[in-house]
Order: sequence, then structure tokens, then C-alpha cells
Amino acid sequence: MARAVTRQRKIVNTALAWGIGFLIFFPILWTILTSFKTEAQAIADPPIFLGFNWTLANYEAVLERSNYGRFLWNSIIIAGGSTVLGILIAVPAAWSMAFVPGKRTKDILLWMLSTKMLPAVGVLYPIYLLCIQFGVLDSKIALVIILMLINLPIIVWMLYTYFREIPGEILEAARMDGASLREEVLYVLTPMAIPGIASTLLLNFILAWNEAFWTLNLTAAKAAPLTAFIASYSSPEGLFYAKLSAASTMAIAPILILGWFSQKQLVSGLTFGAVK
Amino acid sequence: MGQIKLNQVSKSFGDVEVIPPLDLTIEDGEFTVFVGPSGCGKSTLLRLIAGLEDITSGHIDIDGTDATHVPPAKRGLAMVFQSYALYPHMSVRKNIAFPMKMAGVPAEEQQRRIEAAAKALNLTDYLDRRPGQLSGGQRQRVAIGRAIVREPSAFLFDEPLSNLDAALRVGMRLEISELHKRLATTMIYVTHDQVEAMTMADKIVVLRAGYIEQVGTPLELYYKPRNEFVAGFIGSPKMNLIKGPEAEARGAPTIGIRPEHFDVSTTEGAWEGTIGVAEHLGSDTFLHIHGVAGCDPMTVRVDGELSVKHGDRIFLTPQADKLHRFDAQGLRVE
Amino acid sequence: MATQHSRSAARLMMAPAVVLLLGWMLIPLTMTLYFSFKKYLPMRGGDLGWVGFDNYVRFVTSSAFWPSVMTTLIIVGGVLAITVGLGILLAILLNQPMWGQGFVRILVIAPFFVMPTVSALVWKNMFMDPNYGLFAHLWEFFGATPVQWMSQASLSSIVIIVSWQWLPFATLILLTAIQSLDREQLDAAEMDGAPATKRFAYITLPHLGRAITVVILIQTIFLLSIFAEIFVTTGGAFGTKTLTYLIFQRVLESQNIGLGSAGGVYAIILANIVAIFLMRIVGKNLDA
Repeated sequence: MARAVTRQRKIVNTALAWGIGFLIFFPILWTILTSFKTEAQAIADPPIFLGFNWTLANYEAVLERSNYGRFLWNSIIIAGGSTVLGILIAVPAAWSMAFVPGKRTKDILLWMLSTKMLPAVGVLYPIYLLCIQFGVLDSKIALVIILMLINLPIIVWMLYTYFREIPGEILEAARMDGASLREEVLYVLTPMAIPGIASTLLLNFILAWNEAFWTLNLTAAKAAPLTAFIASYSSPEGLFYAKLSAASTMAIAPILILGWFSQKQLVSGLTFGAVK
Repeated sequence: MGQIKLNQVSKSFGDVEVIPPLDLTIEDGEFTVFVGPSGCGKSTLLRLIAGLEDITSGHIDIDGTDATHVPPAKRGLAMVFQSYALYPHMSVRKNIAFPMKMAGVPAEEQQRRIEAAAKALNLTDYLDRRPGQLSGGQRQRVAIGRAIVREPSAFLFDEPLSNLDAALRVGMRLEISELHKRLATTMIYVTHDQVEAMTMADKIVVLRAGYIEQVGTPLELYYKPRNEFVAGFIGSPKMNLIKGPEAEARGAPTIGIRPEHFDVSTTEGAWEGTIGVAEHLGSDTFLHIHGVAGCDPMTVRVDGELSVKHGDRIFLTPQADKLHRFDAQGLRVE
Repeated sequence: MATQHSRSAARLMMAPAVVLLLGWMLIPLTMTLYFSFKKYLPMRGGDLGWVGFDNYVRFVTSSAFWPSVMTTLIIVGGVLAITVGLGILLAILLNQPMWGQGFVRILVIAPFFVMPTVSALVWKNMFMDPNYGLFAHLWEFFGATPVQWMSQASLSSIVIIVSWQWLPFATLILLTAIQSLDREQLDAAEMDGAPATKRFAYITLPHLGRAITVVILIQTIFLLSIFAEIFVTTGGAFGTKTLTYLIFQRVLESQNIGLGSAGGVYAIILANIVAIFLMRIVGKNLDA
């Protein structure tokens, strides 16, 4: 920094930024706090912020009421499966595009991106029909495949952006050193790309975890993940803010933590490298 | 062994012919430098020899066998890249071992060669570091070490010194030259720096726009440039090229005279001019002189002890036996 | 680095991704097109034959169509205006020297990672509920009558919820763009005598231009298809039926596949218009 910033200004900036940051985060904080209250305290007037009796009763109630474990398991399988499958398909493709670019590479990349923009609702019925046809409605495998497909363009793009930053000369050096294509990818490219692959994994896991159109429309009892678990709380059947909060906290906590780790990659990942 | 022979080798990218068909023979043990301005095709030529690019037509023989369709790894060549291209996730030791690992060299033999290379290149203390923890010069040495242990039939260098600062460059230049003397292996070295070409090469290949302008020893190129381009490219400061009446008076449409081939006087001479800038290097002084013989500025190299400054009048006499004459097409005439 | 060998290997390695996406695009799209020209009611007689452009005409002329387009535009436009406007301000603030910048970043980015169903439910119940929501308490505290958010201000409610979800994204991208601004440019402008406001208007804002465009386009694509937020809050009632939601209702609730498919084709066309602009920008970036 070329310039000395006055201490005063820095204090004002800090106070303002922390204040706004707190406001934006508040709904999440409030949800977490409420999850530890009793139902009566949750709707108390005036609202209680911290001076309540902390209790785990809501978590117990939620776990009892619905099979949280199964929803969680479904979420993990669907988000994890679609991400891993997507990476396996995308790594070779991104390798090709980044290191052996042809005349049509750019067009293929843009075309892939365009499939991402296909509005889901436009093809809802055909997919629904196909799922029935193949007997995979309300099954995890259908969602793994669908979420893999809708996120595949992002995965390819993110990996492509990372791979492009690996100097081609290093791969050429490996080739000169006698490495076969397989050895080149295995010993040189992959270890160098691990950070990029990891953040791609992370971001796509989050996107798949939070996906709510296909997961809500193509699942019922068996394969429903946490998005559906939460949606089941939308029917107004009495006051259960504390339980709703507990359920919400359980649905978002794992992903929020992962999200904080991946925030740096979010930008280049979701803007397809257009903003770095 | 390491004779490399290019027969009518050409390269096109799409419709663009970057290297028209050319012939070139690099003898075993020779230090050959490809030199030329950027975009002249010198790196492409090196990559064709390496096998990193397919050639469009012609064929490449290495040690008398056709290697045109042999993949890079099987050509027995080692390459040092401009960016060094070290594997950042491997230690220096593993970097150097990598080609041997790929070739399935036994572990003890790997160990022996690594130790030998590290000793020769002053890397013994750094073998367990990562490339990221090394200085530019050290990385350069690791890249060379990785090339040496393969015991290749020829080394290819792609502008290996261009990422180093000036002082290191001079040092590495010497090291590479010494390495060549010691190993006596064929080396092909690409650079845009004519000083590197002059100081290191047994044979220089001057390239422009994919064409070979001249092939020869450094001194052949210096004393007998085949055309105006080579004349202007080899030698520093550049040769002065003079057109017009002064040239015709000496029997050619264009004459060339190197800055060091003038007799300089403050009182009398063939040409008179005014000093624009005088660059004092200590040992020498380069004078940039205005108003002389239709070549502006005329660059002249004088002894460092000659005391002259901006604005002084000065007289120049070209040494007649050191003149270069070029015809209207820019080709040398004797 | 392109030899014949590596090129053919590359083609082979690209094939699975290309084939899968091609299938994902073409098969459902063809089916949607096919259904859109049919009268097709799975619960009431099934396939009732070809009807030409009947579905397209009916979809556009139905009383729900124009309101749904308006709703879509209001939600997309409202959210864009709020997120981009606040995003710029927030990005500038976060770019100032301060203590704990990393921590504030973490606070600000958090809503993006919250499941849409969760954020919609939390806002709907715990903030916007007219009896027990925090907003109701706040309004009462100031002596005002609590707002019946979900019924009286349904659209604004959804805009607020969705803006809260997308503000982090806009802020983070704009912040990244601001941080990439060459400090020397600003110094040069200051040396040239430009005051802070002019420096912002003539240097920072143009520099952000591309990032803003990217934010708008990417958000538009996601916002055009928001679903969960409406599904769990109003269920499409109280004038919150977007085009996406209308199509959803036609297909799954009233099981009129032909009509829904025609709507889907409209949605696809709409998304593609936006997509073309985004492609141009991203495509340009590829050359750079």
C-alpha cells in the first residue's frame, strides 16, 4: 500500500462492514439460535436473543419425527455421486480442451455451457416420463445422473479453467521424459491439478446438495434428499419454529462449512472464468 | 551418437506455412544454435525435431534412421524448456529421476546418476527441495540435470536463459558451454540473442520467417554475412548499412560497415558528423553520429579513453578492407 | 503441442462428455417439442392426437400467461436491481482497508450456501409471519401494523428472499473484479487531479462493467427458473406465479402435457435469448 490510511477511517470501515455482514448473516444465526429454544421461547414476544434455556429437545424431536438419517444419506449419495461421476467424465474432456485445443474447442465449450441454460421446467415432463420408462422414478440413481448432467458443463468449465493455468511445457517435458499419455495424466497433470479438482468437487457438491427442482419433483418417499425433507415442513401444521430451525440447521450446517472453504473458487467457477 | 538430419522438412499450421521445406544437417557432437528474431520459426523447428509437433512434409533422420513418426519419448532426445517445466509437486531428486523412472532404469543406477548430476551442477544440497523453493538459476540447473541423466543422443534447449537476469545469464552460458565440452554430445540451442549464439555455437543457423538465411561458424557469419539480414543481425552494436551515393562510390548499392571498423579522428577523415549520444561503457565508447553518409545515426565503436561528448564534431574513415558490399537484392557481393 | 497422436487421443477423451450432454439436450428437447404439438392429458384420455400450434396459442392466450410473464419480470428485475446495486456498494466497502475482512467475507457469502427450500421457509415463518415473525415484532415495536407479507406483499417477499440468496454471489464477483483493478490506474487518475467520485465513475465503474454484465446474465438464467422459493412459500398463489411455475402447474398439477410443453418451449426460447448474450461475453474471454 502506497498510502497511509487514517486509523479513524479504518475503524469506520470495520464497524460498517461488520454491521452489514452481521445483518446479512443474521437469518442464519437466528435459525441456529432458535433451534436451541423451546417452542414457546421461539415465538416469545418480545423475541429472546440469547437469554433462553438452551435445549437439544428440538433436534431429538426432528430426528424422531422423520428419518433424518435417510434424507441425509440420500443427499450425500445424490450430491456426492453426481459430483464424482461428473468429475470422472469431465477430467479427460477438460484435459483435451485445455492442452490439445482444436478449431472447435471453443464452440464445444460454449455449447456445453448452453445446455446448462436449458430451463429445467421445459423438459420436466420428458424426464419424468423417461424416469417412469426406465423404472427409476424416486430413485437415487436417476437423480445422480440428472444432477451430474446439469452440473457437467460447470465441472468441465472449472477444470478447463484450472488446467489452462498449468503450463503446457510441463506436460511436454513429461512427454520428452518418456511418459506415456496415461503416465502423463497420472504422474504429472493430476497431482498438479489436485487443488483445482478439489475445489471443483466442493463447489459442485454444494450445487448438487442445494438443487431443489429435480430433487423435489422426481422423488417421493424413497430417494428424497434434505431439500425435500425441509419442504415437508412447509405445510402449516401448527407452530414449530424451533423444530423447523433444528431441521434447517441440520440441512445447511454441513454445506455451509464446505461452502466457506470453497468461496474463493466460487467466483471463477460460476462465472466460467469470465471474472477472475 | 547424435547426428540429426532434416530433409525437406516443412510445417504448416492450417493454411499458414511457418516453415517452408528446408534441409539441415547437425553433426554429432556439434553445438548448433538456431537464432533469429521472434516469430522466425526457430522454436517450431526445435519442436519438430523433438517430435512435439508433427511435420507437414519431409522427414527427420536421427543417427541415420528415420524418426519422422517416432514419438518424442522414443527419439532419445532431452529438452530444456524456456520455463524449465519442472514438476512442481516433486522434489528436485524426483524431478531428475522422472525420465529414468519412465525408462525403467534400476534404482541404484538412478541413484548413481542423480548423485553425479547433482554434483556436477552444484545441486547436492538441494535434492530434497521443491522447485518452488529454488532460485531461477537453480531451477535451470535442475532442468539441465533432468536432461543429462537420460544420457540422450542430443540436447535441445529452447531459449533456456531468457528468464534469468543478465548476470546469471552470463554464468549459465558458460556452464552450458562447459557442459558441452565435457559431454561432447550434440546440442541444439534456440535463442533470439545473437550474443548467446556467437559465444556458444560451433555452428549458427540464422532463421527468418522460416527460411534459413545462413549456416556457418560464428566468425564466418561475422566476417562474411551472406546478406543484409544476417549482417544486421549478427554483431553488436549492429552493422551500419549505407545506401546512396556514398555506397555507389564504393561499388555497390548498399555497403555495410561494422561500428568497430572505423578510423576515428577529431581533425580529419572521409566523413564528418556530429556526435548525438556517446555511450560510455568504460572499456569502449559507442558513438551515435548524425549527418554522415546517409546513415543516421551511424554507430561507431571507439576506445573508452577517447574523450568526446554530445555535440562534438568528429571525422570517420571506414576501413576499406572491412567493407561489406550488397547488391540490390541485399545479397553479398565479393 | 499437437501431434496427430495427441489429437486423436483428445477426441476420444472428450467423447463421453459431449455424447452425454448431446443426449441430455436433444432427447428431452425433442420430446418436449413433440408433446407441444399434441393434445396430451395422461389422466384424462392420454394422447388425443395432433393439434398443430393450438397449445402455443392457448398457452399465450390463457388468462394466466401475461400475469406470469409480468411476475417473472418483476422478480428477475427486482432481484437484479437489488443485488447489483447493493452488491456494488458492498464490494466497494469490503475492498476498503479494515480489520477482519476475511471474517466479513465469510458472513456475507453464507446465504449463498443455504438450500433454497430452507431459506424460503425460514424467511416465510420466522421473519415474515404476521403473528410471530421477527418483522411483525419489529413493526409492532415501532407502533405499525404488521404486514401480511405472504398474502399482501407476496411478490416483494419473494424478491427479498431471493435477493438475500443472491446478494452474496453478486458481491463476491464484484469484489473480485474490484480487487483486480490496477491500483496504479487509480493512482494515476489521482495524480491527474480526479476526485474520488470521478475516479469511481470513470475508472472503477467501467472496470466493473464486464463483471456486472456477467452477474446480470448468470443471475438471470438462475432467476428465470427459481422454483423452490415459490413452491414452499406461496405455492404460486397471491400473484407469485412465474412462467416457470405456471408451466410446472400445467404439467404436474393439471397434467396437461401438451400445454405445458408449449410453455416449456417458450421458456427455452426466453432462456436462449439471455444465453446468447452470456455466450458472447464468455466467448470473448476465451480468446483473451
